[in-house]
Amino acid sequence: MSHTVVETKALEKHYQMGGQHLRALKDISIRIAQGDFVAVMGPSGSGKSTFMNMIGCLDAPSRGQILLQGEALTQLSAAALAKVRNKYIGFVFQQFNLLPRTSALDNVLLPLLYNNTPRDEARARAQACLQLVGLGDRLDHQPSQLSGGQQQRVAIARALVNDPALILADEPTGALDTETGLEVMQLLQQLHQQGKTIVLVTHESDIAAFASRQLLFKDGSLISDRSSIPHSASAELALLRQQRMKEVAV
Amino acid sequence: MNSLTLLQVAWVALRVNLLRSILTMLGIIIGVAAVIIMLALGAGARYDVDQQIKSLGGNVFVVFARGRFMGGAREASGSSQGLTEMDAQAIEQQIPEVNVAAPTLRASGQLIYGNLNWAPEIHGVDNKIYTAQSWELAEGRSFSDTELASAGRVAVIGQTVKRELFGAADALGQTVRVNKMPVTIIGVLKGKGQNTQGNDQDDLIFMPLDTVRKRIAGMTLSSPKAVRSIIVQVADERDMAIVEQQLDSLLRQRLRISDNQSGFSIRNLAEMVETRSQTMQIFNGLLAAVASVSLLVGGIGIMNIMLVSVTERTREIGLRMAVGAEPRIILKQFLVEAVLLCAMGGLIGLTLAVAVSLGLEYFAGFTAIIQPQVVVMSLGFSCLIGVFFGYYPATKAARMQPIEALRFE
Repeated sequence: MSHTVVETKALEKHYQMGGQHLRALKDISIRIAQGDFVAVMGPSGSGKSTFMNMIGCLDAPSRGQILLQGEALTQLSAAALAKVRNKYIGFVFQQFNLLPRTSALDNVLLPLLYNNTPRDEARARAQACLQLVGLGDRLDHQPSQLSGGQQQRVAIARALVNDPALILADEPTGALDTETGLEVMQLLQQLHQQGKTIVLVTHESDIAAFASRQLLFKDGSLISDRSSIPHSASAELALLRQQRMKEVAV
Repeated sequence: MNSLTLLQVAWVALRVNLLRSILTMLGIIIGVAAVIIMLALGAGARYDVDQQIKSLGGNVFVVFARGRFMGGAREASGSSQGLTEMDAQAIEQQIPEVNVAAPTLRASGQLIYGNLNWAPEIHGVDNKIYTAQSWELAEGRSFSDTELASAGRVAVIGQTVKRELFGAADALGQTVRVNKMPVTIIGVLKGKGQNTQGNDQDDLIFMPLDTVRKRIAGMTLSSPKAVRSIIVQVADERDMAIVEQQLDSLLRQRLRISDNQSGFSIRNLAEMVETRSQTMQIFNGLLAAVASVSLLVGGIGIMNIMLVSVTERTREIGLRMAVGAEPRIILKQFLVEAVLLCAMGGLIGLTLAVAVSLGLEYFAGFTAIIQPQVVVMSLGFSCLIGVFFGYYPATKAARMQPIEALRFE
């Protein structure tokens, strides 16, 4: 059995909303192993985002336990959680969340600013990560000079730069068209093949199909956890491009 | 995150909103500039006063006979005499701390030279006046003993009188008429310029005491050697209080005035100037206080903009927290931004103040002195304003919850 990256034990999250008690997560026990590519699915309000916030150390559980790389995360201060996020987790968001008017390189450097990586080393690593996502020639471009897909790739490079144990992608294709979305998924699949552990939150089943394991949430409960042979993003991308060529030809 | 990176991040954030940063700084710029200029003008005025005191001599008393000088109603009421040249001599001889005691008389009259006329202050003096009032001769000579003893028809004139009557021409040896009496110019004084009240100190003419007393004033005097005032110069400024007491008792004795009567007054010129300058100092202090209010308003402007900036950058804050920024670092980042704004504002304000002060000196003739401690204080104070008014917005940023901040629209 491979090394466990994240483990949750009877995880619960409760909210108090307008006097109503809301159980956003109900008794979630799950284990994500090193090298997993997990898609977390479910309609809005199913608790999938809450789950992601929990394992991303952005929010504290009401009850239960989270173990990240064997470390219990409960009872940690905001500062300690920030350190954990910096060290173990790389985030990719639907809206990219890049700093405006800041170069791609500086955007990728951001997580390294917060753990005092020496300047030269930080630059080298950020450059390497941008090269890895295919933007080695756009280090100085600002987000406004990049397409949506390129911006998301900068965000992925930023998620990779600290070599985190876990990459959390929250609807990474949500703001992109089909083709660019597929390109991003292709990149994530490549990273997975290189051994990265990825948790992908999505409500689209064809995006979830690129992962090798699907978790389905409904009303705060985990209702299904199955592994499958992932679809290949590169194959679908090739297919899509072929169709495009034909359309243009006709 | 080290301080250099913090500073860099803050600098980038400020540069991104350049116009807004500059407008925000404007409050601090104007505040700092106003405070420094006010303090510089205050220090300049103080300097002027000090210079004037120095030129008057901070160690000079002027003794006036009060109401007993010429045939007025008050004279009859007292049995004593007015001040005389002998009193001046007595002061000089009996009070060891006194350097010189110069008796003086004043009269008014008109000088006529050719078709020009001028009406300066006419002073009857002896040669002690040069020491007592720090006068120097630019050319010519002072009065000879014969001239002093025989009411010689000679005069030493001030620069203004020379300019008005002779212009660039030579004044020495010329004869002017003072109240129709011909008088020969034997000397010209060096200029002293204006005093702090803007009065021309060079608009005067010196003649021997007897000349003024007998030939110009033509007054009926209580004593043939009567004078209007005695200028007393004390050797050491620290002895002023002792000399004042001694002057008082000596003159009471000589003029036969009892302790509860007043027949003369002893005035310290430096003190008079000082009193006037105190009023000016208070006025300057008030202006500086008003200027610091503008600094305060500038600080509130900083707080306002920092609050807007924090709200506007909520998502950025969320992201920074998500990638590992501790609340403490977010706090620091916004504090540094506020302080940087204020510090730059302070620097620009300082530059502006220097420029304005130089301009005021050059074009308006003010004396403006920017003291180093004022520079340090105002820069330090503007940084403090940054910390003070930046703290609340920075805490607001640091207290954000990362998830909510990331979802902020």
